[in-house]
Amino acid sequence: MAGHISPKSTYLTIFGALMACTILTVVAAFINLGNLNFPVALTIAIFKATLVVLFFMHIKYGSSLTKLIVGTAFFFLGIMLTLTLSDYLSRGWFTAARGSTSAASIPSITGPLTTGARPLEQTPQNNPPK
Amino acid sequence: MPNGTIAAHDEHHGQHHPALQHHFQDLEQQHEASTLGMWLFLVTEVMFFGGLILAYTLYRVWYPTAWALGSEELNIYLGGFNTIVLIGSSLTMALAVRAGQTGAQRATVGWLLFTMALGLTFLVVKFFEYKEKFERFHVPGANFRFEGPESPHVQIFFSLYFALTGVHALHMVIGVGLMTVITLMAYRRRFSPEWYTPLELAGLYWHFVDIVWIFLFPLLYLVDRSHHIV
Amino acid sequence: METIVVEEPTTYINHQHTVASWLLTYDHKRIGILYLIVVTFAFFLGGLFATLIRLELATPAGDLFSADVYNRMFTMHGVTMVFFVLVPAVPAVLGNFAMPLMIGAKDVAFPKLNLLSWYVFTIGFIFTVASMVLGGVDTGWTFYTPYSTQGSESNVLLTGIGVFITGFSSILTGVNFMVTIHRMRAPGMTWFRLPLFIWALYSTALVMVLGTPVIAITLLMLVLERGLHLGIFDPRLGGDPVLFQHLFWFYSHPAVYIMILPPMGVISEVIACFSRKNVFGYSFVAFSSLAIAVFGFLVWAHHLFVAGISPYSALIFSFLSFAVAIPSAVKTFNWTATLYEGAIWWKTPMFFVFGFLGLFLIGGLTGLFLASLGLDVHLTDTYFVVAHFHYIMVGGAIMGYFAGLHYWWPKMTGRMYNDTLGKFAALLIFVGFNLTFGPQFILGYLGMPRRYHVYPPEFQVLNVLSSAGASILAVGYVLPALYFLYSLKFGAKAGANPWKATGLEWTTQSPPLPENFRTTPVVTEGAYAYSKREMRVA
Repeated sequence: MAGHISPKSTYLTIFGALMACTILTVVAAFINLGNLNFPVALTIAIFKATLVVLFFMHIKYGSSLTKLIVGTAFFFLGIMLTLTLSDYLSRGWFTAARGSTSAASIPSITGPLTTGARPLEQTPQNNPPK
Repeated sequence: MPNGTIAAHDEHHGQHHPALQHHFQDLEQQHEASTLGMWLFLVTEVMFFGGLILAYTLYRVWYPTAWALGSEELNIYLGGFNTIVLIGSSLTMALAVRAGQTGAQRATVGWLLFTMALGLTFLVVKFFEYKEKFERFHVPGANFRFEGPESPHVQIFFSLYFALTGVHALHMVIGVGLMTVITLMAYRRRFSPEWYTPLELAGLYWHFVDIVWIFLFPLLYLVDRSHHIV
Repeated sequence: METIVVEEPTTYINHQHTVASWLLTYDHKRIGILYLIVVTFAFFLGGLFATLIRLELATPAGDLFSADVYNRMFTMHGVTMVFFVLVPAVPAVLGNFAMPLMIGAKDVAFPKLNLLSWYVFTIGFIFTVASMVLGGVDTGWTFYTPYSTQGSESNVLLTGIGVFITGFSSILTGVNFMVTIHRMRAPGMTWFRLPLFIWALYSTALVMVLGTPVIAITLLMLVLERGLHLGIFDPRLGGDPVLFQHLFWFYSHPAVYIMILPPMGVISEVIACFSRKNVFGYSFVAFSSLAIAVFGFLVWAHHLFVAGISPYSALIFSFLSFAVAIPSAVKTFNWTATLYEGAIWWKTPMFFVFGFLGLFLIGGLTGLFLASLGLDVHLTDTYFVVAHFHYIMVGGAIMGYFAGLHYWWPKMTGRMYNDTLGKFAALLIFVGFNLTFGPQFILGYLGMPRRYHVYPPEFQVLNVLSSAGASILAVGYVLPALYFLYSLKFGAKAGANPWKATGLEWTTQSPPLPENFRTTPVVTEGAYAYSKREMRVA
């Protein structure tokens, strides 16, 4: 059975890189990068995961089918995240109070009532006598 | 009786590898099928954790303050230590598979035992982390207590913390169980350069569990360590 | 003169007789039969709930059940039919039986995993039935939060766990099928020589692998919230109940493609054989299966149009929901073109095919009504939706399943059933079905809401028609059970290829050998090489 046999040095090098990235991600977390902290942490994590997938799991030497399968998994995960967030991030657009176009700029946007709707006025029409 | 039937098969019976299952034509086809199957299973695992990641992402967008506050409550030393332990266990696992590929039977067993030890270390540390959470009333439910703003949202953070790390820990436990079986097989000289498929598949599973933690560590422990949100 | 003793040939049925040999089998054909038993039982159980529902709805007042009990009735009907009939029927029964034969393999890639699949399925079913016996669930099969996590006092945990367990059966089968199709095709069986049923099963398996884990984690979150009071969907903590809906439907919409893709594959097989023609536009039909599988993942939030999602997001999902209809239309056009200038052979399987074509067309087109945002606001949660999905699921999927059962029954059992009775059953089902669900389109448009056991008196006539149709439908479904069982003992011997069909499964004996083929077949031509000479078969 011919499987690619990586030299031990490859594994040790990758391990070293993973350790370095771990230290990097912790250090970066303590530096105030504002809104960039999250993307930076995510990028480093994705890089580490890629190293594990390519070298520890041997995808680099695998068949194109295997590569397609790995790609497909993350593609559909991406679909799930992106399309769902397309809902949440666009709630309150153009209909929120103060005519704001960005959901994030509205202080009350967090939480369930994100459509920007005002509470129902208590009029006789809305409150028919029982 | 036509050729290729039972009689003809019996003549060849002693000539194939004992691990070859009869519905496969040869060991190579079996190996390709097995690895493909494991990769597809890992796809299901990506989507499985993905659902929790979706919930996490949504609420992090909605409640950045609560996420920062909740993350502060996690022990970064224990989390960081566990990260190093788990990545180390991926290294030892890769070396175990490599030893299996080269027929180094004793090295295979050795590296596998090392991997299991590191995995168990991770679980022990996790136990102490959970214990601390329990003692500080950070377990969601009727007894949840958090002194500070946004306590209800922080409870959601901890719900996801326990769901994510709990499901991950369950996968670790299953992984350690798998390793036990594989180590026994290696000890009994079942693997050779010709056939080491279960070892390889167990390795893939273990690396996947490591990858999940590679994401969980920054997502849970490193939300706002620089205090730019809170 | 010597007496020639003809021994009964060895088949996968007669080579071992004990119960253990069935319950511990690795043979994909026996596993298919095991699934047939559980799925049939589930079908009649779900049908029992449907009967009770239609009995209640024959009158406007809630005279048979209280609202609470009625809620449990439609919930258990939905849970049983969706998870234990529609999802497994064609892939786990017919797919398990026929797929390895059709690609020239000895078995699936992982036979032991296949048996495990069946056990997981059956155990999940037992859990769910247990919860029914204990009083059932009243949340609807959709388990929406926060009612399912906080309000409902019914057996949500038990049912949730039961369905969670069953999901793993789907995952294992999906993995098994994909690997089998990739790696175990006979020599010469290239991708474009595969029967279209295999393309359909592959696409289905893709959806099973990608989608089922999401419902699994969603149910797990539901169980953790209800059982351990984790707060993920809890609005009192700032959680979003609509998040549950997003997660739930991310699987449950692709799930309906799990339910319809394999029956579509069956239609391709039967239509080719009984028109004596190659399927028109083979590669279009093949690729449309993949397209449905992929596109099906992009449309889920059309179930959330009125749940409070952003209208901009709703716009995107509405557009995508229109787009997903296109590959289904491609199939329908190609099937029609296949019929054109074919030599139609009117046997029972073909009756079910024509039933499918008409009913799936109506069901599919009414889906477009619901994809349209403005219309959906009016039609959602009414009987229009109920009619739409029953046209697809019952008129489409179940018809396709029955077409497949009637097509492959001779191969599975070595016996022919009574074809006249078969055609009669198909007609009964078609008439009964339309009478049951046709009026529901009108009821929905007029505003009758779903999941209510009472309704305004002006809706009674249509409801009575619907209930009357249901009684005809019931007879139509019981009939096949009877003549199939009868055929096992008294049916004519089928022979290897009673339909003179192409396809590797028909080159071997009926019932097949335990190991399927004596020698591995070698494939040299496409899947539907019907020649003009074979046009006349009757």
